[in-house]
Amino acid sequence: MNQSKSLINYLKLFALVIIALVILVAGFFLLQRFQETKLLMTLFAVIWGVGSVALLYFVLNTVAQSMPKKIRSVSVAIVFAGPALALLFWALVLPTLRSFWLSFFGAAGKHFVGLANYRFAFSDPIMLESFRNNLLWMVFGTSFCVILGILIAVLSDKSKKEKLFKSLIFMPMAISFVGAGVIWKFIYAYKGEGINIVEIGLLNAIMVALGKEAQAWLLVSFWNNFFLIIIMVWLQTGYAMVIISSAIKGIPNDINEAAQVDGANGISIFFRITLPYIMPTIVTVSTTILIFSLKLFDIVRVMTGGNYGTNVIANEFYQRQFTYGNTGQASAIAIVLLVVIIPVLIYNLKEFKNRRILK
Amino acid sequence: MSRKKLGSSLSTRIIISVVLIVIVVLWTIPTFGVFITSFRDSKDIYSSGWWSVLPHRDWIKTDEFQLPETLDPNEPITIEGNTYSFEEWREGIVVDDERKIQWYGNKRSRKIEVFEEKWIGFGANLTLTNYRDVLSAGSIEFQDGQGNTITRQGNNFADAVLNSLAVAIPATVIPILIAAFAAYAFAWMEFPGRRPLFVMVVALLVVPLQTALIPILRDFTRWGLNGTFVSMWLAHTGFGLPLAIYLLYNYISTLPRDIFESAYLDGATPFVCFIRLVLPLSIPALASFAIFQFLWVWNDYLVALIFLGDKNRVVTSALAAMVGEKGQDWHLLTSGAFLSMIVPLIVFFGLQRFFVRGLMAGSVKG
Repeated sequence: MNQSKSLINYLKLFALVIIALVILVAGFFLLQRFQETKLLMTLFAVIWGVGSVALLYFVLNTVAQSMPKKIRSVSVAIVFAGPALALLFWALVLPTLRSFWLSFFGAAGKHFVGLANYRFAFSDPIMLESFRNNLLWMVFGTSFCVILGILIAVLSDKSKKEKLFKSLIFMPMAISFVGAGVIWKFIYAYKGEGINIVEIGLLNAIMVALGKEAQAWLLVSFWNNFFLIIIMVWLQTGYAMVIISSAIKGIPNDINEAAQVDGANGISIFFRITLPYIMPTIVTVSTTILIFSLKLFDIVRVMTGGNYGTNVIANEFYQRQFTYGNTGQASAIAIVLLVVIIPVLIYNLKEFKNRRILK
Repeated sequence: MSRKKLGSSLSTRIIISVVLIVIVVLWTIPTFGVFITSFRDSKDIYSSGWWSVLPHRDWIKTDEFQLPETLDPNEPITIEGNTYSFEEWREGIVVDDERKIQWYGNKRSRKIEVFEEKWIGFGANLTLTNYRDVLSAGSIEFQDGQGNTITRQGNNFADAVLNSLAVAIPATVIPILIAAFAAYAFAWMEFPGRRPLFVMVVALLVVPLQTALIPILRDFTRWGLNGTFVSMWLAHTGFGLPLAIYLLYNYISTLPRDIFESAYLDGATPFVCFIRLVLPLSIPALASFAIFQFLWVWNDYLVALIFLGDKNRVVTSALAAMVGEKGQDWHLLTSGAFLSMIVPLIVFFGLQRFFVRGLMAGSVKG
């Protein structure tokens, strides 16, 4: 009696797993057929995509719950944490090792070439140019963002319209780099020379109004890097401002008041109290933007395609893999990017240890 | 949060306001210009800057007349008692300090136009045609600055927006679900390797995407997944998981222990407990990450470029492709750019508070 009951349970379980698998596989092939009616396809994609993940957990959990008591709690834990860990392993851990491996092989990933790809990465003129440009992005992009962010955060803290100012500065954070590229391409637009040509780009219109020559800004070698960096500053200053602003709000009010009673003026309060107090936040924000500018791709891709002396490492990575089809060189570039970031990784781990999470 | 604004003198406050207003205006003008341009007639866009829709003084045509056929344009030409060469007339001559006389077109036209400087209000030709054209997949027609009609293939932004939704919604919900399960396990369950595995999650926070792209692409090619939505969901889920697990762990681990214990005493399984208690209680953290991830996926270009290619183009790829193909068609570029921004801007302004909270919690994303 008891045995037949458990047999029925196992059959039920088996049927559940089969049904789930059918839904997963059938959904995938159905999705390919929906190409004609896009709206329906979108709806189906969303429901099937989200639904099948939920279903997967439900089925896996039912299986785990049917395990013998001894291993039940561990199997439930594996069901909870397993999918995430498996995905992390497949999407990040394993690829890092595979990229490292590929970086020692030739264009098609078949012939061992030793360190040749790294020699390319550190000596090819286009790579050296990219390194220089990334350095410009990291130094100037980051410092402009952070300095402007501090300035706006400090000033708006004293203003009555703080919220309005801050959300207008923050707004570009919602815009894609490609969209920002179009916005700024329009600012830099150049029509050329000729009689009665009206410049429709804002920057050139201002130049003409000031009696100067209109210019093709993105072609001006070396300085064009800065015209691109401005775009990132426009996008990221809001991020720096918001984080720094909340750090400033965290300064206890009585410290400021005491300093005021002692006769300190605004500027000395800023350098003696505010700045030291928010220094850790500034370091965090700077690190984030530094990493960001190291991996920067979209702006350069859309604005200049890396031409006219504006190439950056991430764009060269893309070019090597997809224009030249050289997997070895592209992988070596990716590993170089990773190595540059490793100090931050170690710092993060140290911080994590100090916080004593997971006793 | 009501915090006392530090008392300062009137002049300081005025300086602060002026500096802030200047910065804010500088910050807003680029977007504002694109917004205005996207509603202007294509012919106008080619012949004047977007700021000309604002009230300003400009030369308005008030009269035109034809010069006699006998006139030789190669000799100095006298009009209303002023004598200048053809080239000078073509540039335009200001007479009596208020009227500009200008030769229209080439030497054979012999047409003269007279302009007077006047104030113009908001006199722009505003239209929705640009949006209709950029959404369309068929062939579209528009006029350039000289009034010539140009025919182009539309960029089918309507499909691109739907594709973006089909990519971004699952690529937001799936990692949240997976990460929430994992975060709960890390916070409240015992299993072998729990600590070293969490250290791994923290380490993966800053690993750059580029390191992972090529091997994943090779897997997708082998499995025939290139160009499918599933490939985008898998990739974005994988890349978003470290931050998601980290953020949600920080939140879920601070939930009070008692609520779980009483639920277990009532015979609830961890699964039921997770669905009924943990998820509803973690909504603020889930929302923060959801907005973060949604904006990230919607605005992503690199991952879409590599795994989707030209199949199922999302808005960022469609816009980038348009920059390449139609670099001077500003009426299409600006309306396309604005279409790509509408959804994230709504999400952003609607849920700004959650977004900021998410930004604060996750310092460094890879």
